[in-house]
This record gives sequence, structure tokens and C-alpha cells, in this order.
Amino acid sequence: MSFVTCLKCKDCSPACEFDKQALYVCDDCFGPLEPSYDYDKIKKELTIDKISKRSKNMWRYKELLPLDNEPTVGLNTGYTPLIKANNLARILGVKNLYIKNDGVNFPSLSFKDRVVAVALSKAVELGYDTVGCASTGNLANSVAAQSAAANLNSFIFIPSNLEEAKILGTSIYGKNVIGVKGSYDDVNRLCTEVIGSNKWGFVNINLRTYYAEGSKTVGYEIIEQLGWKAPKNIVVCMASGSLLTKIYKSVRELVDLGLVDDNNTKIYGAQASGCSPISTAVKNGWESFKPVKPDTIAKSLAIGNPADGINAINLLNDINSYSEDVSDEEIVNAMKLLAETEGIFTETAGGVTLGCTIKMLENGKINKNEDLVLVITGNGLKTQDPLINKIKKPDIINAKLEEFNEIKY
Amino acid sequence: MALVRIPTPLRRLTNEKDEVNSEAKTVIELIDDLDNQFPGMKNKVCEPNGSIRKFINIYINDEDIRFLEGPESTIKQDDTVSIIPAIAGG
Repeated sequence: MSFVTCLKCKDCSPACEFDKQALYVCDDCFGPLEPSYDYDKIKKELTIDKISKRSKNMWRYKELLPLDNEPTVGLNTGYTPLIKANNLARILGVKNLYIKNDGVNFPSLSFKDRVVAVALSKAVELGYDTVGCASTGNLANSVAAQSAAANLNSFIFIPSNLEEAKILGTSIYGKNVIGVKGSYDDVNRLCTEVIGSNKWGFVNINLRTYYAEGSKTVGYEIIEQLGWKAPKNIVVCMASGSLLTKIYKSVRELVDLGLVDDNNTKIYGAQASGCSPISTAVKNGWESFKPVKPDTIAKSLAIGNPADGINAINLLNDINSYSEDVSDEEIVNAMKLLAETEGIFTETAGGVTLGCTIKMLENGKINKNEDLVLVITGNGLKTQDPLINKIKKPDIINAKLEEFNEIKY
Repeated sequence: MALVRIPTPLRRLTNEKDEVNSEAKTVIELIDDLDNQFPGMKNKVCEPNGSIRKFINIYINDEDIRFLEGPESTIKQDDTVSIIPAIAGG
């Protein structure tokens, strides 16, 4: 049963409506399309009790996801741990700090498993047998893994200079992997041209309308795991800016459906200084961003021309929120801090999230006395390259007790 | 003569042609020329005030014109110009 009535363009007035198909931009203004839900119907069907009785995966909120039928791909994705981070909270001087750890998502250890589960389930509904993506790495891992499990052909385009672990973690699934010489923005442009001449479902291009909605499940889970309470503050890293806008949307949806009280939740953005078009715009009070040529170790966030940049800037301005950026050194330091305090090895993007959080706590943008949730989007095992020579090496000894005793600990 | 790649949403105006040619020397001229060849094109690509729509990116030989001279950017013989919807990726 579907709760989506049509696709709508938010930018046109009155909103243009389109049939549910593989369409990602408005015919009139090229603006992004969003599924339009029948919230009155959802309100009658969806209760906390009903959700609580379902399996612990992202599909427990399926009424709020844009499928017409039951999901067929990524059935075990989501419901990652929300950790009360008391050690880190003490160091940062924050009263209540939580880590939403999507670095242990299934099957490919990043939040991208959620959006791919939705996009490939939709691709199957729409009858595609070949799917694809333009990726900075995590999406490549997830599309490769989930298309393998779903028996779909796939074409996965990545920048050729990605971290080895992200390339291997894509190629292992035996799909078509194309390394493009250039930045992610080059890859993205190429893929937009590739779909013009092929009948393929690219998860983050022509299926993007559906794909992006999968990110909302991060927000639903945070609220449910907090005991059906909306947090006061959430910090999210930004590449295209989509995750930030969709997590905010998820909070508003649950409030509007009456499933949770309004806590005036604020969401804050985080970027690497070497690729911070959205943060720079927010800091300068611009309505739009200037595209940049990325130069950062946070390769998963290295999008210089962010598709949802304008949406993210508008949202952050509208709710009087903020966005920060951090240097490569601050990213590595934050990765180490999270590992040493909470036992969580996050990828560089997680270092961006924590690094920017520290800055926003220091400059007073985030109130230390309010509940704070950090969304950790990926796993550190995938981005080890920037840590080489930055982490203490093991003491090497022969298997002799006296040699061990000589080491000063 | 420059080659211009047309994105799927605009191909209704070009009789489904995915590539067309133009003698234009700048991006501004190109948009006017495309509108002459395929009436209605300018309305789709530009805001009513004539600026390029915020959800459209234009590339000359793989470089975003925002890194060149924007709408004033020069188009040379044998250049390839791509018109790309901005809402993709990530």
C-alpha cells in the first residue's frame, strides 16, 4: 500500500505535480522533486505501538518511505546503535551527548545503506534491471553490495583516487566499477550524461527523489531510541547537504503526525575546510553557495558543487542554525578523540562532525546544557590512509618477558 | 562550431536530439541561439530576469562556467558545452 500520491516540485508556485516515475527534476524549473505523502492517511495507520512491534530495521517506518509495495532490497538495513557518550560528554562539557553510529550499518558500514535500500527497492518496483551511482565511496560500497544481493546489474562510478579500502570494498562484489580521473563533481556530471543515453536507474540521479528519503530513517531512529523524544540539537556532516535536510524533515514529520512533542529541534551542519561551500555560505549569510574545487582528506564529503546546497543553506538560515568547518588536522584529532573516549572508529567524515561540534560548542553556537546528538555516518576502517604516521605504532619486541618489562608504560 | 549536449528534460524542445550545434561565441549568445533554433529554450534555462536558473549548471569542455567567466565565458570552435541539471548526486 502506498502513501505517496505524486512527486512535487517545491520550487514552483503552485507546486508542479508529476506521476511516480524515475524523475528527479521539475520539467519547468529543474528544481528537485519530493514524494508527496498522504499524511492524513498515515496518521490514521501509524502508531508508536505498531512501530515498536516491528523488526529492528529501517523499514519499521515504511509508511513514511516512498515505496508502493513491500521493500525487496536492504531488508536488514538500519536501526544502528544510539550510544550515550558519557566519556566524550565529560571532556566536551556537554550534559547529554549521544552518538548515532551508522558506521556499523548493514551491509556496508555507512548511512548510505539506508538510501540505497530505498532506491534499489524502488528500482525493482519501476522494473529496472540495471542500476548505478556516482559516488565518493560509501555509496559505491553500498550499491555494489546491495545490487549483488538483489541480483541487479550495476555500474558504479567513482573518482579514481579514492581510498584503497573504498575501491576494494566496491570491487569485491563483482560489479562494473569505473574509476574516473577527476573529482566527484566530474564523476557526477559524467553520470548525468550517461543516464541520458541509457535506461538505467542511477540511485542518486534519476532515482534521487526516492533515494534521498531513506535518510529520514536516521532521524526516526534517533527519536525512537531516545524514548520517542526529539533531541534539542543534532549535528550532521554535509556533502550534498541532503542528509541534513532529510533528518530535519524526519523530525518535523513525527511532530506533525503527533507521534512526538515538538522540542524545537535544531540541526547543525559540518564540513571540511577543504570543501566547505555550504558552511562558507551560511557563515557569510549568502542565499546560495559558490562551487569549490575540493582538497580534503574527508573524501566522502568532497562535493564542491552540492546538489542540495541551496536547500541546506535555506534550512539552516530559516531555523537560525549554523554550520562549521574544520581542517584536516582537526579531522584526524577528532577521529582519535572519538576512538579514545567512546571506542568508535569513525571515518574522516565522522571526524568532521565531531571536529565541527567542538568548534560550535566553543563558540557558543550549540548550548552545552541541551541534548546533543552527533550523527556518525561511516566507518574508520574504510579511510585509514590519512591516519598512517598519525597514530602511535605498536612496540615491537621479541617474545621475551625481559623485553616486555623494559618498555616504559 | 561548438557541440552542445542537451539534458533529458530539455529534449522535448530539440525533437529528442541529445546533441545540437551552435556558432555562439559566449554562453549568453548560446542561450539566445538555442532559443532561436528551439523556441522556448531560454524560458527553460533562464529565470524571467535572464540569469541562468539556479538548478542548471553549464560546462564548457568539462569545466563549470562558474569557474570561468560565468555567462560571459567564451565558447570556441570545437568546444563541447554541456547543460546539466544541478540536482544530482551526493
